[in-house]
Amino acid sequence: MALLEIKNLHVGVEDEDIKILNGVDLTLDTGDLHAIMGPNGSGKSTLAAVLAGREEYEVLDGEILYDGENLLELEPEERAEAGVFLAFQYPVELPGVSMTNFLKEAVNSVREARGQDELGSADFLQYMRERADMMGLNADLTKRSVNEGFSGGEKKRNEIFQLAMLEPKLAILDETDSGLDIDALKNVADGVNKLRSEDRGFLIITHYQRILDYIVPDHVHVMLDGKIVRTGDKDLALELEEHGYDWVREEAAAAA
Amino acid sequence: MSTSETEYLKGKASEEYKHGWYTDIESEKAPRGLSEDIVRYISKRKDEPEWLTEWRLKAYRYFKQLIDSGHYPDWAHLDYERPDFENMRYFAAPNGQAQYESLDDVPDEILETFERLGIPLEEQKALTGVAVDAVMDSVSVATTFKEKLREKGVIFKSFGEAAKDHPELVRQHLGSVVPYTDNLYAALNSAVFSDGSFVYVPEGVTCPMELSTYFRINEAGTGQFERTLIVTEPGAYVSYLEGCTAPMRKENQLHAAVVELVAHEDSEIKYSTIQNWYPGDEDGNGGIYNLVTKRGICKGDNSKISWTQLETGSAVTQKYPSVILAGDNSVGEFYSVAFTKGHQQADTGTKMQHIGKNTKSTIISKGISADVADNSYRGLVKVSANADGARNFSQCDSMLLGPDCGAHTYPYIESNNPTAQIEHEATTSKVGDDQMFYCHQRGLGEEEALKLIVNGFCQEVLQELPMEFAVEAKELLDIELEGSVG
Ligand SMILES: Nc1ncnc2c1ncn2[C@@H]1O[C@H](COP(=O)(O)OP(=O)(O)O)[C@@H](O)[C@H]1O
Ligand SMILES: [Mg+2]
Repeated sequence: MALLEIKNLHVGVEDEDIKILNGVDLTLDTGDLHAIMGPNGSGKSTLAAVLAGREEYEVLDGEILYDGENLLELEPEERAEAGVFLAFQYPVELPGVSMTNFLKEAVNSVREARGQDELGSADFLQYMRERADMMGLNADLTKRSVNEGFSGGEKKRNEIFQLAMLEPKLAILDETDSGLDIDALKNVADGVNKLRSEDRGFLIITHYQRILDYIVPDHVHVMLDGKIVRTGDKDLALELEEHGYDWVREEAAAAA
Repeated sequence: MSTSETEYLKGKASEEYKHGWYTDIESEKAPRGLSEDIVRYISKRKDEPEWLTEWRLKAYRYFKQLIDSGHYPDWAHLDYERPDFENMRYFAAPNGQAQYESLDDVPDEILETFERLGIPLEEQKALTGVAVDAVMDSVSVATTFKEKLREKGVIFKSFGEAAKDHPELVRQHLGSVVPYTDNLYAALNSAVFSDGSFVYVPEGVTCPMELSTYFRINEAGTGQFERTLIVTEPGAYVSYLEGCTAPMRKENQLHAAVVELVAHEDSEIKYSTIQNWYPGDEDGNGGIYNLVTKRGICKGDNSKISWTQLETGSAVTQKYPSVILAGDNSVGEFYSVAFTKGHQQADTGTKMQHIGKNTKSTIISKGISADVADNSYRGLVKVSANADGARNFSQCDSMLLGPDCGAHTYPYIESNNPTAQIEHEATTSKVGDDQMFYCHQRGLGEEEALKLIVNGFCQEVLQELPMEFAVEAKELLDIELEGSVG
């Protein structure tokens, strides 16, 4: 069943005469993992932000259905509660906000939306420990303020850890692999693989093919200038690695 | 800042003050206005010794002289009408009683008042580990756990009782840190001070529980002028907390307290305040003028005084809890959160006076403003010529919640010793759209997100509060941030 359907999506920036997405079409079934690849500036993060509900972007045309419902009608927090998770390309720091408090509120608001009981402090801490263990996250990080003073790699791992905590239906990873050394990359890939399941879809945005050596996608899309110009299976990623983005660009130009 | 956030913040000033009710109890009040007769009346009602009456009168004469010569302290970044000293009452005793012998004598209405404020005065109901002195208007109505403290030799009494039971101790220290000549309000307080607490911790004793005084203004048209004096002998330790609320009233009421701390060698005083006086309504009418003088002296070597304050209430707050670092190696700390919204104004900070050698001070100030409120930090770090090796670290952070509020920082440094190391950092921030969005993406609504971020901003200060009160402080901040978000 289609978890996410993006149809002819056109997006610009409010109050400015900028168009970023120029007719994106994409259908993602529950249980599938899609990768979107594309050069810098092609609109990948914008797509992720629009899915998560960032206000500064304006949808000019098209629609997004999530579980068959109009996703664009929901507030960002309602989307989160409905099971949409975004691992940010640049996670922000929340000075003084402890990971425990932050995640307890987050987990409980998502649980409440799903009709589950709130977790009390003891149960929550237990759950957090289990998940940190499962994700191979240094437990010390869970005792600090959210992302404050975390290294680049730690911030990315923390995003995947939060994914594991919140158990979304749709997980969007925006360049979680960028800037990671090989060990951190494997750790993140490991985490994602553990979290793949029949009732969860993944949209993995990446600039490099590298992470797809560890996370095998069901479908690969190439985005260029705000449009998906090619779709294929995992081999497309390898082709892209070999020929570079100029190859798709030429192909796209020839096709037009 | 997103529009929805601005909308949301606008709604906050109008939200109701939780402690704004009034207890209907008969009260014996002094006639309005101030004179030598009024000062004598107060002293007599409190059955005070002659020396104290004389001291009050001296203070009164000094006050009068300041007023007559136009010495009014209006240098702070504050805009408010001068209190009408002639039209105020300087003494109100609920139930006409200036003192209660025991809890059994305290009328039910008063017990209920405090119970409603979350301060039960019956020991079996009380928070374990906290002894409370409860002051309503000008009178201390009860002090809990006296027995338990007495075993350790700790004195924790209303000021009035202490002046009678321990005249030598009180006389020795009263006005020793804040003389009545200090400023107009210190002079006024010294002349008419009503009640407050006296704490004395003998040599080598660690006070076995938190001590707390809870101040409640109940009567209309009266000022609150409490006086607190805390003395720790060598090697002693005490942690003390004051809390305060008042009913909602259309007119402004004056609160002019004086707090004096004396720490002898190797002793430590930790003084925390959760100030939640009525701030006035959404149009800026009414509310308490909180004009307070607080100062401590680290008299002995290796002594330490630490001020922690959470200031959320009052229409106008002007206070600078300070430390005179006289003993060598003594330590002064000031941790402050001042939250202003609606039409509230706060001008607060500290003075750290380094006199002894290798003295050290730390200042962490967090100011938060919303709506059209104004919030200033004003601090002085002064290093005397003999204070070799003095060190200070100051950090003053302001957070603006909206486009129409103000934050100001006035750090003053006077160093007369080249070996002093003084560091000052200041930041002003807004709650970032990115931060809010990050929280929303994790399922947190507008209000929850803002509470988390503001609490995080204050964390460094809140963690200094005694555990028993940290929760209360967090809740208070949350209530302050609560609005009518749809
Ligand atoms: N808020 C914005 N305002 C103006 N331009 C933007 C904004 N967000 C993105 N853009 C522009 O849109 C294009 C796509 O950006 P982005 O989605 O971040 O690309 P990618 O993630 O693929 O590198 C870039 O040219 C970028 O500068
Ligand atoms: Mg990007």
